[in-house]
Amino acid sequence: MMSLNRKLAILSDAARYDASCASSGTTRRDSRDGKGLGSTEGSGICHAYAPDGRCISLLKILMTNFCIYDCAYCVNRVSSNVERARFSVDEVVQLTLEFYRRNYIEGLFLSSGVVRNPDDTMEQMVRIARRLREEEHFRGYIHLKTIPDASPALIEEAGLHADRLSINVELPTDKAVQAFAPEKNPETIRGAMGNVRTHRAASKERSHTGKRPPKFAPAGQSTQMIVGADGATDATILTRSTGLYEDYKLRRVYYSAFSPIPDATAKLPLVKPPLMREHRLYQADWLMRFYGFNVGEITSTAADGNLDLDIDPKLAWALRNRDQFPVDVNRAPRELLLRVPGFGTKTVGRILTTRRHRSLRYDDLLRLGASLKKAQAFVTCADWTPGGLTDSANLRARFAPPPEQLSLF
Amino acid sequence: MHTIPLPRIGTWEAWRTAARACLAARIPPEDILWDFAGSEAELFATDLPAPTVRGTVKVPADFVDMAKWVVWHADPQRFARLYALLWRLRLDKGVMSDRADPDLAKLRQMEKAVHRCKHKMRAFVRFRDLRTGGPRRSFAAWFEPTHHTVEPNAPFFARRFADMDWMIVTPDITARFTDGTLTFHEGQPKPDLPDDATEELWGTYFKNIFNPARLKVKAMTAEMPKKYWKNMPEAQHIPDLIAHAEARVRDMAEAGPTLAPARVAKIRAQLAETPQPASWNLLDADLHNCTRCPLHGPATQVVPGTGPRDAALMIVGEQPGDAEDLEGLPFVGPAGQLFDRLAAQAGLDRKTAFVTNAVKHFKFEQRGKRRIHQNPNTSEIEHCRFWVESEIKLVKPKLILAMGGTAAESLTGTRKGILKRRGQIEDTPHGPVFLTVHPSYLLRLPDHAREEAEQAFRADLSGAVQALTLLSHPA
Repeated sequence: MMSLNRKLAILSDAARYDASCASSGTTRRDSRDGKGLGSTEGSGICHAYAPDGRCISLLKILMTNFCIYDCAYCVNRVSSNVERARFSVDEVVQLTLEFYRRNYIEGLFLSSGVVRNPDDTMEQMVRIARRLREEEHFRGYIHLKTIPDASPALIEEAGLHADRLSINVELPTDKAVQAFAPEKNPETIRGAMGNVRTHRAASKERSHTGKRPPKFAPAGQSTQMIVGADGATDATILTRSTGLYEDYKLRRVYYSAFSPIPDATAKLPLVKPPLMREHRLYQADWLMRFYGFNVGEITSTAADGNLDLDIDPKLAWALRNRDQFPVDVNRAPRELLLRVPGFGTKTVGRILTTRRHRSLRYDDLLRLGASLKKAQAFVTCADWTPGGLTDSANLRARFAPPPEQLSLF
Repeated sequence: MHTIPLPRIGTWEAWRTAARACLAARIPPEDILWDFAGSEAELFATDLPAPTVRGTVKVPADFVDMAKWVVWHADPQRFARLYALLWRLRLDKGVMSDRADPDLAKLRQMEKAVHRCKHKMRAFVRFRDLRTGGPRRSFAAWFEPTHHTVEPNAPFFARRFADMDWMIVTPDITARFTDGTLTFHEGQPKPDLPDDATEELWGTYFKNIFNPARLKVKAMTAEMPKKYWKNMPEAQHIPDLIAHAEARVRDMAEAGPTLAPARVAKIRAQLAETPQPASWNLLDADLHNCTRCPLHGPATQVVPGTGPRDAALMIVGEQPGDAEDLEGLPFVGPAGQLFDRLAAQAGLDRKTAFVTNAVKHFKFEQRGKRRIHQNPNTSEIEHCRFWVESEIKLVKPKLILAMGGTAAESLTGTRKGILKRRGQIEDTPHGPVFLTVHPSYLLRLPDHAREEAEQAFRADLSGAVQALTLLSHPA
């Protein structure tokens, strides 16, 4: 009999390649009635950070790492020789509750390898969520990874217990999915996302008596794409995520730099994970969602379809569109202020409220939280004008990192 | 000089009451000494008592929202700074929205620091099970906050851990939650808490969720500063994880690909076998829940095949029409009726065949009150082929009669040259397939051409019957 400690080691090791650990954006709940355990209050909490810089908010585990699929990028693929284990329903429930009581976690993120058939696997996962909610009255956060091809009835029940559902599109193009995950069908994955979207929309409509249907995955759905395993460019990846955000109303698309796994297949050579590329993709993703950029504007700066690794995508865009600058901080509309490198959404909000009272000066901008090292070349204010800086030929060189000395890591 | 004592517990209420009174009494900031928990022993001050409240003062709501966090900051100047801003607000109400005002900016910065400390406390407090054995479980934690955040934060823990008793001990103050009641007490030195076996499991989780290939120590320490580590059981593993990360990645890279385990062949063989539903019950259940393609949305219902489930002949049409969609049965509309008539003339009894469609949902375009038939596209045919294949696997027909381009595409992979290919048997992975046109094609022909076409269709059907006889009773 394998010990619980050993199982936990195997099944958390197997789960670490899922980037998502969000525990935010769900409905407010608490246990003040004294009958249950847990609360969710809008913003998530990162209870610890691992030396990989990733936050640990949820108990992120696989129910089992036995899997009948053979996805080349995955440590749990059928042809891998990693040690296998399987949690019982009770073990997952107890681990979640005991960790939660000690304030280690916000809740559970449960995923699984596919055993026997998709419905079987999904059924077990739903059973764990149901136990936590209905028997243990657990009011913390639950994120369930849905199994492609699982029956719609199971997904429906999963959505009633879970705060978030997700299904990974895995790779940016259908061709790559077929090549590296032969048993997975991109259309079925999209079908499942469409299904969740429909259910979520339906759960928001009141009936004719004004009654609300039960909440369905209130924290929305998300997905993950592996970056750097296939030849897709950043332009392809970002176009794909734009489609995903629009078509399925996803809360988040996660980008996961392909990272070496134990017992890797010969199909995918092990390289250092492209962490900077992953970072730039997240920045671009933010620009699309919160700064009014569209994918064309962001990728137009890249000749080969890939983002500049040395400078962030907003700065890259500004450098290529210097005719739009400098922007007058005291007059420019919100949309234009959002395009200034070094201004975040909060800074822009503060500029807009403060300039109603008086004209802003350089020192004011500092106090409003702007990063003037970047912004100064692109703005004018009461006592500042960048002069020739905006159009100077060596502007890019001021931001790009100096040539780097080789490091040990 | 007025000296105003402020207690360690209940600081916010005390400061608010005093600040109101001072403001109402028009006492300028420089005449007040805020004495937090007896820390300001001002020897030379001529002590005046704190004024009592007279009348009301109006204060902007966002000042109150900010002040109730700033009072918990560790900076001894916090009360004086707050009062100084309050003093300015009497004359200039606009200061609160001037985010660049230096006094306000400083207070906002302090507010942010308190919020961060509050957030980190919610994140990094670690309870240990006291195993007291009462009806409610009992837990305790030792924590060292940067600011005085225990009091404003305790209600959060009360909302979250309501079904257990707990205690958060800090050098500042101690919060205790017993039987649903929250109380605050003086701070204490670090208590001796019993060991908790769950900490080992938590350490195991922490070690294994870490990905050694993405070492980013700065990103970790930015969010989890070292000052918190000593009270977090998982942090003891960090130095080891960092030290061995590089070697672990190198080992992964150097280990060559291994041979797949023996069970893989067996699993693959099963996988190739099982995707289709293995029984009629499963097929019926799954088919009615089918959402493989968008056609399930507008259609009334799925139209499964009908007929003897061990038929020698399987007839595959295109898709349900308006009548079929409403009735849930295949081949009951005009084309179905025409087919029945011509089949009977050709000596084919439809009741002996399993009749189904290549696509199981009606595809149409709504024009006014009428639903106009639309051809299914390749993707829809492709999705629905799963069901046709399932039906074939269960019926195991000797011959399949494919009528029309859609059925041909579904079963043979292409609809091209159907008029040249009609009347012949093609071998497919599904078995022999006899091709002909769809009866609805006959309905659309002008009268003069129709007689001839019906003749040809009857000939095809007779051909299929003959072929079936040969296949069923090989010479």
